[in-house]
Amino acid sequence: MSTVTNTSTSMNADQDGTDGGVELREGELPPVAPEQLAAVLVAKDRPPRPSAFSVSATFGWRAMLKIKHVPEQLFDVTLFPIMMTLMFTYLFGGALAGSTTEYLQFLLPGIMVMSVVMTTMYTGVAVNTDIEKGVFDRFRTLPIWRPAPMVGYLLGDAVRYVLASAVILVVGLIMGFRPAGGVLGVLAGVALLVAFSFAFSWIWTMFGLMLRSEKSVMGVSMMVLFPMTFLSNILVEPETMPGWLQVFVDINPVAHLVAAVRDLMAGTWNGPEITWTLIAGAILIAVFGTLTMRLYNRK
Amino acid sequence: MSTAESPLAIETSGLVKVFGDKRAVDGIDLAVSTGSVYGVLGPNGAGKTTAVKMLATLLRPDAGEARVFGHDVLRDADAVRSRVSLTGQYASVDEDLTGTENLVLLARLLGHAKSAARERTGQLLDAFGLSDAADRQVKNYSGGMRRRIDIAASILNTPDLLFLDEPTTGLDPRSRNQVWDIVRAVVAQGTTVLLTTQYLEEADQLAGRIAVIDHGRVIAEGTPGQLKSSVGAGSVHVRLRDPEQRQEASSLLAQHLGTRVQLDSDPFALTARITDSGDECGAAVRASRALGELAEHGITVDDFALGQPSLDEVFLALTDSNNQLSKQDTSGTSRQGAAV
Ligand SMILES: Nc1ncnc2c1ncn2[C@@H]1O[C@H](COP(=O)(O)OP(=O)(O)O)[C@@H](O)[C@H]1O
Ligand SMILES: [Mg+2]
Repeated sequence: MSTVTNTSTSMNADQDGTDGGVELREGELPPVAPEQLAAVLVAKDRPPRPSAFSVSATFGWRAMLKIKHVPEQLFDVTLFPIMMTLMFTYLFGGALAGSTTEYLQFLLPGIMVMSVVMTTMYTGVAVNTDIEKGVFDRFRTLPIWRPAPMVGYLLGDAVRYVLASAVILVVGLIMGFRPAGGVLGVLAGVALLVAFSFAFSWIWTMFGLMLRSEKSVMGVSMMVLFPMTFLSNILVEPETMPGWLQVFVDINPVAHLVAAVRDLMAGTWNGPEITWTLIAGAILIAVFGTLTMRLYNRK
Repeated sequence: MSTAESPLAIETSGLVKVFGDKRAVDGIDLAVSTGSVYGVLGPNGAGKTTAVKMLATLLRPDAGEARVFGHDVLRDADAVRSRVSLTGQYASVDEDLTGTENLVLLARLLGHAKSAARERTGQLLDAFGLSDAADRQVKNYSGGMRRRIDIAASILNTPDLLFLDEPTTGLDPRSRNQVWDIVRAVVAQGTTVLLTTQYLEEADQLAGRIAVIDHGRVIAEGTPGQLKSSVGAGSVHVRLRDPEQRQEASSLLAQHLGTRVQLDSDPFALTARITDSGDECGAAVRASRALGELAEHGITVDDFALGQPSLDEVFLALTDSNNQLSKQDTSGTSRQGAAV
């Protein structure tokens, strides 16, 4: 080991100075211009603090930019739903409803809910990745409305949910889905689904902040999502299920969402199920939104 | 801006952060005055990042107080946030986005209108020599470029206080010098900078005052000069003509100066500390006597220098005594931090 003395210190600095012209490894990179930098820094005026809405929208724009740069992430919201729709229609259609077209009228709204609710888990993964990459620390030192980064994710995700719904709808229409509710009924169903998914995603922002790795976020997501989507009325009517399972289906908010969306698309306005779904959404935001923000501030 | 302005940029007392049973920051008192670079020097695991994160409102202190420009970091976090910026130890820009997008995003979050955000972004990218890379994704940037974009992201609004956590760790000497230039330019415009580093040379080059921390405690504080003189009179650096004679020279110097002699990696060179204790002769006199002794034994000295102690020596001396103190009352856990 050698001691760095004052003499050798100044020698080092000299070497760096002469190296400047010779070393071309990073030579493409122009040097920092201190005078120019000084000119930028004299501007000390600070704009007024932006509104909660404005910063949330900016974070939403960030989510759009990420889709632009990493379009592969859209596979999850396009290919996966197509696969689900095809698989379940042809797998169960004949056995359960006698014909696939008939089963499709029952299945499609449910499959749409299942696919979209399943894609909500990528919110948690995105939050977790940002924390790992340190991007979050930057956001957390900004003097902005605290929940804005989270709301931004969810706004970006809402776009993905709409996209997934549209893909499934198109596939369904091609396969013979003929919703009696017409355009309005379908739009109302998708709107309710996207609103619920927005509320549901706060579970994942919480886990994204809480768990250490992307893998564990995925693991927990599966543990929650599989029972919530499969133990429901998505694939079959719950009448044939054992009593204890019917109890679970009865309290499962996803089941209420499916019933509401199914009816909306079929042209009936199911007041109680819609109310149930909205209340469940409000509770999810209240509970998991609060927990998320607590973790976000504590981190 | 508040009227009762504190003259201190940072003021902490008894600041503590505990992770499990690890006291990452263990009672730190700091007073950093405005308008200068304050260096926080310490080895890996000393608690630098933890301390900076508490000051930047990213972590809650477990005990003690911290005020930034008079604002409490807990009770008045938003006021602190509006005046400070942090460039963390690890890049905190979005790798998927381009340089421009990253900066425009942050400028918008700081409240700049679209056009103003674009203008400021363009100016900063220009000043940082990143114009050509502006529309490339940050994941394709070199280490030096990442550092620059990260610092640029911290000065979109000229901050009153800028935290730079190990800004040059892992950079090649050229990029490091460029970061130093940036730091100097920022300070020249009146921004206070708190800079953490593991490099003694860096603290010496940039900082007006330095706190040396180890195991979460401040073990020394002062100007670089004060730190040096608190450790000893200095050292004598000798360069021999014949490396074969180094062993003999070493034992002669050790004998006459009464200290340990260090053999440098250069096979011709050796360095001996000169302690203050002992007789009333000055360091220079004792050094020249020792050199005379070498000549009498037929050892040719090509070159020698009498130096103030380097920060390396300061640091080794300080941490050595600190470790000896802590050895008695702590178990292996607290020492692991230093080893990592
Ligand atoms: N989030 C954390 N959880 C547990 N231990 C931590 C955490 N952050 C830091 N530490 C520990 O605290 C000590 C100080 O870490 P740090 O502040 O990062 O030091 P430095 O920045 O000086 O290298 C280290 O021993 C580190 O392992
Ligand atoms: Mg660190």
